[in-house]
Formats: sequence, structure tokens, C-alpha cells
Amino acid sequence: MSESTNTESSRRDFLKAGALVAGVTLGPGVLFYGIAHSRAPEEGASSAKRWGMLIDTTKCGDGCNDCVTACNTENGLSGKTGPQDSQWIRKVDIKDLRSGFVQSLPMMCQHCENPPCVDVCPTGASMKRADGIVLVDRHICIGCRYCMMACPYKARSFVHEPLTDQNPEVPRGKGCVESCTFCVQRVDRDEQPACVEACNTKSHQAMIFGDLKDPESAVAKALKAYDSVEVRADMGLNTGVRYQGI
Amino acid sequence: MASIRTWMRLALLAGAAMIFAAPVLEASAGVDLPKIEKGKGEKCVEETQFMRRNHMELLKHHRDETMRKGIRTTKHSLKKCVECHASEKTGSVAASKDDFCASCHRYASVKLDCWDCHATKPMKKPIQVAQPSPRMDLAKESVK
Ligand code: HEC
Ligand code: HEC
Ligand code: HEC
Repeated sequence: MSESTNTESSRRDFLKAGALVAGVTLGPGVLFYGIAHSRAPEEGASSAKRWGMLIDTTKCGDGCNDCVTACNTENGLSGKTGPQDSQWIRKVDIKDLRSGFVQSLPMMCQHCENPPCVDVCPTGASMKRADGIVLVDRHICIGCRYCMMACPYKARSFVHEPLTDQNPEVPRGKGCVESCTFCVQRVDRDEQPACVEACNTKSHQAMIFGDLKDPESAVAKALKAYDSVEVRADMGLNTGVRYQGI
Repeated sequence: MASIRTWMRLALLAGAAMIFAAPVLEASAGVDLPKIEKGKGEKCVEETQFMRRNHMELLKHHRDETMRKGIRTTKHSLKKCVECHASEKTGSVAASKDDFCASCHRYASVKLDCWDCHATKPMKKPIQVAQPSPRMDLAKESVK
């Protein structure tokens, strides 16, 4: 009994000391990154955030491909659209057959809170980061493609052929499944995903990206102000990507 | 008679001691050793001797930290190894058999799959940690 109290107190002391050290070392870091960077490199992704996106289909131009092109450039995709080519984001047109009304929208990984791809993965390669970004850990992926079948959004691709000249920041290679990462390499240094940046630079303003958990973020404000839907909301996946105007 | 034997033994011992004491790569003169280009800068991210033995552990640890937890420190990052160790001639760490990672691995019969995905050449323009724009907090302003 007395022994367990002892260990308990020493554990607490240890934790306290740890907290102190962390405070000291983090102090200057916090100050420094407060200006230029919201997260220190050593901090890692946190569940205090959830990255998400709102797409306004009324602003998304039929025939406009700017987001797709930007994605291909950033991530080193060929841009080909054959059945064996990787597409991380693609334009989908939906037509009301009675009225003939056509709508256009970008479709990609919806970064579900309850991702079916993660459920079915036999190795743990399909994963959701603490901040809600759904990724394939390609160091563990065995290329079985269960996740591709499980995904209701057809968002994942398989690399069939050897690749060369990859972007050093975006390693990709034969034999693995891949999909939209929300441009995790950019998001981790406080930039927007390439598709969103392109859409805004070309002033279409159809895509808003940000932290769904931060009520002050542009995306949270927009979600509060406008009616939006999840594609296949019936499946209860709680997608991180929402659409407005469909 | 006995003294010659003793001397020979002593000499052997001394020789052995010299071999074991000398730095590993200079130890076995006469054996073909890999020719390893020296990296950029003064020293490696850890002690050279430690790196020779343990670089794979560092890389595998850092890989999981970055991939799964989003930790973006650069000290043990593969991108950084490539920046310092890319060859002057080929600009790569593994394009020719004499490039840094390839030379030693060929010697030790190690085959990596890392380069199926990871670039063997450094980024053309190094990424800056603090990007002025467009930033998330600017994005906050944009919808009002
Ligand atoms: C099938 C593709 C693939 C292969 C093969 C692969 N990686 Fe990766 N690696 C990735 C991806 C994708 C990332 C994530 C990049 C990011 O988010 O910045 C990554 C990230 C990393 C990182 C963290 C980022 C960095 O530059 O430090 C390390 C370290 C790493 N890999 C090491 C390795 C090592 C060592 C091997 C070989 C044993 C290897 N990888 C093989 C795809 C691959
Ligand atoms: C700042 C530049 C720099 C970075 C970054 C760097 N190195 Fe080095 N590395 C060097 C230098 C310089 C040497 C030679 C040191 C010496 O001669 O004592 C070296 C030596 C080595 C050696 C021993 C080579 C030999 O001669 O036997 C290995 C192995 C090594 N590095 C691997 C790595 C790996 C793996 C990484 C990435 C995790 C890395 N280095 C990152 C500069 C760097
Ligand atoms: C001084 C010689 C030397 C140099 C230089 C060197 N390596 Fe190695 N490396 C080895 C040896 C030896 C092994 C195998 C160790 C074992 O099997 O236990 C190895 C293994 C590895 C492994 C693990 C392979 C696996 O399949 O588990 C990785 C990853 C690796 N090296 C990466 C690198 C990278 C990247 C560089 C260049 C930046 C590099 N190494 C440079 C000697 C070297």
C-alpha cells in the first residue's frame, strides 16, 4: 500500500518535472512560431484540429479544371485519366435528366471521420491522422486494394507502373495505393492545399479549407452560415469535405 | 628459442591491438573498401561512427514520426540526408554506383526500396519553414 503511494507520488513528481522542462523548452519555440507558424515542427498533428473543406458548387465552373491541374503539379501526377492512372481529385458533372441542369464539382478523398478504407485495411497502412487527414502509410501498404473497393467516393488510385522524378516532398511509387492527402506537406507548414490555392488565385473562390473545430476559421463560419451536405450522408461517415449548392 | 616465440606472440598481439584500435574503415588495409564521398558541411547529424551503424534505425523512426504523427523536424529527415549527401557529379545519392548511399550499400549487399518513391536528388528550391503567404490566418479573414 505504502509502496504504491510512493510510486504514485514519484510518478507525479516526474510528470511535473517533465511539464516544467517542456514549458521551458517550448517557451521560445511558442513565441517564435506564434508569429510565422501555428505549430512547431516537433509538435505533430493534434486532435484539437480537424481539417476540412467546403466546396461551393454554384461557383465551380463546368469545364474548369484548375484544381485538378494544381493537384497534379503539386503531387507529381501525370494528369492522364485512364483506368490505371492516378487521380487524386477529379471533376464530376451531374445532370438533372428532366431539366437538363448541369452541375460540376470536384470529387476527392472526403477525409471521413469514420473512414471505411481504414476499417478494411489489413496492415494498418490506411490511417487517419489525429487532425483528421486520412492517409496511406505507403511504408506499410501491401497494395491489396481493399481500401479502393471500400471507398464510396472512388477516391483512391493504385500505382501500376514504376515512377521517376517524383517531387521530393511527395514520394510516390509502384505497388501502393494513394489518394488526396489534403497536401499534408503544405498543410503542415501552414499553407493551403494546392487545389484550394489555385481555385482562390484564379478567383473562383469555390473552395474553403481550414480547421472545422476552430469556430473562427473561414470554413467553420461558412459551414455555420450556409446549408451544406455530405455526399452519401446516409452512410454516416461524417466527411471532412462538404458541398454547398447540390 | 623460447624468446623468439614470445616475441612473435607479442608482435601478433600488438598487431591485433593496432587493428582493433584503429578506426574501422582504415583497419583492414588491403581489403577493398567502398569509396564514400564526404557529405556537405562539417559533420553529420550524429557522430559519424554512430551514423555508420545506426542510420537505418534513425530513418525508420523518423519515417513513422512524420508519416503517422505529422512531426516535421528535419534532423533525421531523409530529405536532409539527400541534401547533404547528393554527389557533386550526379546530383544524386543513388544514381550511380559511386553515389553516397549506393556505394556503401552495394559493398554491403543492401538493397533499398526507398528510392522507388523518394527522390534521390534534393529539392530544386529548398522549402522555407516560414512561408509569408498564403497562410491559414489570412484565410480566416477572407470570408466575412
Ligand atoms: C511506396 C512509397 C514509399 C516508399 C517505398 C518509401 N517511402 Fe518513405 N515516405 C513515403 C511517403 C508518401 C511519405 C510521406 C511524405 C510526407 O508526408 O511528407 C514518406 C515519408 C518518409 C519519411 C519522413 C519524411 C522525410 O523526408 O524525412 C522518412 C524518413 C521516410 N519516408 C523514410 C523511408 C525509408 C528509409 C524508406 C526505405 C526503407 C522509405 N521511406 C520508402 C513513401 C514511401
Ligand atoms: C549537414 C549535412 C549532413 C546531413 C543533413 C546528413 N549528413 Fe551524413 N555526413 C555528413 C558529413 C559531412 C559526413 C562525414 C563526416 C566525417 O567525415 O566524419 C557524414 C557522414 C555520414 C555517414 C558515414 C559515412 C562514412 O564515411 O562512413 C553516414 C552513414 C551518413 N552520413 C548518413 C547520413 C544519413 C542517413 C543522413 C540523414 C538522416 C545524413 N547522413 C544527414 C553530412 C550530413
Ligand atoms: C557506411 C556505409 C553506409 C552508408 C554510407 C549508407 N548506408 Fe545505409 N546501410 C548500411 C548497411 C551496412 C546496412 C545494412 C545493415 C543491416 O542489415 O543491419 C544499411 C541499411 C540501410 C537501411 C535499412 C535497409 C532495410 O532494408 O532495412 C536504410 C533505410 C539505409 N541503409 C539508408 C541509407 C541512406 C538513405 C543512406 C544515404 C544517405 C545510407 N543508408 C548510406 C551502410 C551504409
